[in-house]
Amino acid sequence: MRLLVCVKRVPAPGARINLTEDAQAIDARHLSFTVSPHEECAVEEAIRLKEIHGGSVTVMTLGPAEAEEQLRYAVSVGADQAALLVTNGSDWDPQATAAALAARIAEAEAADGVFDLILVGNESADSGGYQVGVRVAHTLGRPIVGGIKGLAIEDGFVSARRETGSAVEVYRLPLPAMVAVKEGINLPRYPTLPGRLKAKKAEVASAPASANPGGLVMNRLLTPAEQKTTTTILGRGPEAAPAVVDLFEELGLL
Amino acid sequence: MSDLPANARVVVIGAGIVGNSVVGHLADLGWREIVQIDKGPLPNPGGSTGHASNFIFPVDHNKEMAMLTLDSQRQYEDMGVNVTCGGIEVARTPERMEELRRRMSSAKNWDMEAHLVSPAEIKELVPFINEQILLGGAYYPTVSAVDSLRAGTIFRERAQGLGALQTFANTEILGIETHRGRVKAVVTDRGRIEAEFIVIACGVWSPRIARMAGATIPLTPAVHQMIDVGPIPILQESGKELAFPIVRDMDTYMYERQTAGSMEVGSYAHRPIFHSPDEIPSLAEARLSPTELPFTADDFDDQLEDALELMPEILSGAEIKYAVNGLLSLTPDAMPLIGETVEVRNLWSAAAIWIKEGPGTGRAVAEWMTHGYPDLDPHASDIARFYPYARTERHVRARCAEHFNKTYGIVHPREQWASERNKRMSPFHARTQALGAVYFEAGGWERPHWYESNAPLVGEYAVEDRPHEWDRRWWSPIQNAEHLAMRERVGMVDLSPFVIFDFTGPGAANYLQRMTVNNVDVAVGRSVYTPLLTESGGFKADLTIMRLDDEHFRVITGAFDGPRDRHWFRTHLPEDASVHFEDLTSAFVTIGVWGPKARDLVQSITDHDLSNEAFPYGSTQPVDFGSINARLFRISYVGDLGWEIYVPSEQGMPMWDRLWEAGQAFGVVPVGAGVYGTTGRIEKGYRLMGAELESEYNPVEAGLARPRVKDAEFIGKDAYLKARQEEPAATLCTLTVEDHISPRDGIKRYPTGREPITTPSGSRIVDRKGRPSYVTTAGAGPSTGKFLLMSYLPPEHAVEGTDLAVMYMNELYPVKVAVVGSTPFFDPKDERMKA
Repeated sequence: MRLLVCVKRVPAPGARINLTEDAQAIDARHLSFTVSPHEECAVEEAIRLKEIHGGSVTVMTLGPAEAEEQLRYAVSVGADQAALLVTNGSDWDPQATAAALAARIAEAEAADGVFDLILVGNESADSGGYQVGVRVAHTLGRPIVGGIKGLAIEDGFVSARRETGSAVEVYRLPLPAMVAVKEGINLPRYPTLPGRLKAKKAEVASAPASANPGGLVMNRLLTPAEQKTTTTILGRGPEAAPAVVDLFEELGLL
Repeated sequence: MSDLPANARVVVIGAGIVGNSVVGHLADLGWREIVQIDKGPLPNPGGSTGHASNFIFPVDHNKEMAMLTLDSQRQYEDMGVNVTCGGIEVARTPERMEELRRRMSSAKNWDMEAHLVSPAEIKELVPFINEQILLGGAYYPTVSAVDSLRAGTIFRERAQGLGALQTFANTEILGIETHRGRVKAVVTDRGRIEAEFIVIACGVWSPRIARMAGATIPLTPAVHQMIDVGPIPILQESGKELAFPIVRDMDTYMYERQTAGSMEVGSYAHRPIFHSPDEIPSLAEARLSPTELPFTADDFDDQLEDALELMPEILSGAEIKYAVNGLLSLTPDAMPLIGETVEVRNLWSAAAIWIKEGPGTGRAVAEWMTHGYPDLDPHASDIARFYPYARTERHVRARCAEHFNKTYGIVHPREQWASERNKRMSPFHARTQALGAVYFEAGGWERPHWYESNAPLVGEYAVEDRPHEWDRRWWSPIQNAEHLAMRERVGMVDLSPFVIFDFTGPGAANYLQRMTVNNVDVAVGRSVYTPLLTESGGFKADLTIMRLDDEHFRVITGAFDGPRDRHWFRTHLPEDASVHFEDLTSAFVTIGVWGPKARDLVQSITDHDLSNEAFPYGSTQPVDFGSINARLFRISYVGDLGWEIYVPSEQGMPMWDRLWEAGQAFGVVPVGAGVYGTTGRIEKGYRLMGAELESEYNPVEAGLARPRVKDAEFIGKDAYLKARQEEPAATLCTLTVEDHISPRDGIKRYPTGREPITTPSGSRIVDRKGRPSYVTTAGAGPSTGKFLLMSYLPPEHAVEGTDLAVMYMNELYPVKVAVVGSTPFFDPKDERMKA
């Protein structure tokens, strides 16, 4: 089984997000980078499927040269191959991104065979456009479902579970297909020491991303007004217990 | 939360382990109206305490650090937050095994349990270790881990319980107001507090806060990488936070410490990574905490392989669950920064302190603020120890970059820095360089330690070399040859690093009387060698004072203590401006000319009468050499006839040339600090601040008490008078090494200093004040044919002829007490100096 996961390098900010002076990007001087939690789960899901059905997992990204870090992380937890479409560093719009990814996927499939299943995260952690997966699927002519929190492959089909407020929807897609998964579908593993060492030596197939025009232009970023948080003291000592119980009930935790 | 008070006796900024222990100890010592402020929340405000590994390996070669650590560990124990798990330092190389043997000496010195263990014994203690790659280890059963956050809370609660403390979290310091060089108030985002004292205990942010007051705290935030690996079944099954000893893999600069079901792997092996205090993200901006920065995995990869090699069984399957670049504080010499800042009165620093020495250092700061000096000598931690050049960011970073990877390194006691050299140079540096000077650093100065041009003297005087590389490192037999040539002919010594203070004005005599033990009210042209004491009667400094006029005194002190002495003098100046202080260190340079032919040499270039009658020992006179205006001071730290020659800096080069040219007729040799600081000094039993002299010892014990005590009051007088009434608990002695042959290797070995002096069978010697006997200085006495040691000994051992032992590299060598007290071993009547 050939599995592909597409991820995006994004900053991992704290509670307050600073912008660069020109307001074109997040000031990432003191930040680390990661992929969205949805994508972490997508990588984990692909590795689990490989463990069940055999085959290989390829992880692909479009981004700056530094995005290699995110690909190597995926390799450190079990991905087999990594492909990087190098950009000039600016954030491409979804249309351009999807076009470049689709072109690269088509190339890879022409060389080594079709990917049975392509997984993406439900949306990116930074721009959150919800578009790239759908656009890639459309370009490749594959079915896609989003918001998925459960996956199984059987007899040439993938069944995908989506939780709604009051029910569960189950989709059955013929392979090859695409699925956009949501955080919570699994609990991603961390790399092991040997995994990290393997990832360090792994080869990343790197090529310039083919530039395509996109329709979306970003003017500038704005930081929303800081939300004032208030602290309510529910009580002290054992006397606080009823209030805590009430709160837990209100939050649906009990 | 209540409002900020308008006034406080003291504001302590910072609520990490340091700030908390400072407020706890201040309260214990009777301070009230203490206000503590932190920008972050409690109990973990987000500084280095919050992510610390919290373990304590008490053994340290450095006495001060060992004592601070031991005191801290006891305090943690008393608070119930100390878990003893034991620790092992493992060796992969023969050099490390030798270093571990050296650790045994330090453990013995400071009375800490320590054993050398075989690979098989290590395997028994740590069943998942790969003992195949180890040569052995050192096992320390008292190694522990502590809960530093809980300890901080206990300290605060203690102070709050005494009604002494108000703590304000989530409060940011915006400024520090000063008035006439003294602190006045702190300004916060919640209001302003006027305070008599301010303590900066802000860890990595300390330089930034100090700068608000115009002061410097020379440290840099630096990264220490660590990862948490788990779950690991054998650790989980132990059911304990710490079931196995902590392992320090010394040769890879790493440690492995159990944290319940997982293993924390930390490293000091990666490249030095520094940050600026101004650019550390705030609590809101940081993903984890301000001092837990994003892990830079590339820097750690090599260490992963080392860790896997040491603990393959447990580390290969487990996952890396947490990994950070943790920030901690580094200083140019790896010691803490405590004491009053030199720039602003009553602005105190308690910074660059790690968990293991936190409570002890907090106590020292509180005692210092309360009594004028702490019980434990803070000599090496005193923030006043740095010259201005060493307070620059460039210097701090360069030195920290150099020593970061030595955190677990094998550092020779004489080891010299490679970075930031050639920053302070004598005006005749080109001359000493042309003579092949090998420079050691002294207060930032390049000071010749020996001269390669003297190599032929080694054969001439048949000086024996040292067969072991460690003993020979940072040493040359040329030093001993220079010594013998000086004793036979005459030597020239570059003393440019001397620190010179002038005190003038109508109050100068009275002021200096109050500062010094010995009477400085001497005739113009005379001099005094004198200790300066703390209030409790221990040594604060020792130095020489010349009286140049009725109201004009000149103080000469050493390069290593210059800045500390400067701060001590300045902070004791009277407020009435009756004394004027001037630091003339940069105005003069000094050349020492000593040896039996010194008078002939110097007399050959001046008409000034240099006879013993006209220029007696201990006197000073202005002397012109042609158009060079010098001041001669007849004194000697090497025990020979001669002078210290002081000239204006710009005349240093012509003065050197004049002496050098004239000296050729007398067989002059350039002589380095190896002779000046060690061989010449130890033969004469001269004491050195920071070696023999420290605040835990008094002049009676050091053999420096004069027959009479002056009438004038002086700092430490009461304690000094009391000490004179008592039998000294220990007396400083000179010992000779009787046999150098190593029982293990069969070759001659030479101690380097700080080794335990024991009974012949190897038992520790401790005086009635609980102080151990150890070597304060070790060095050859070439003119005596002996290798000499100095050590304080309790009365039962301080008897000439007594046989004892020195423990060097975990072996005993016989020594004999040669001199009790300050009588020189060489030329006991000082006939040479006074010739």
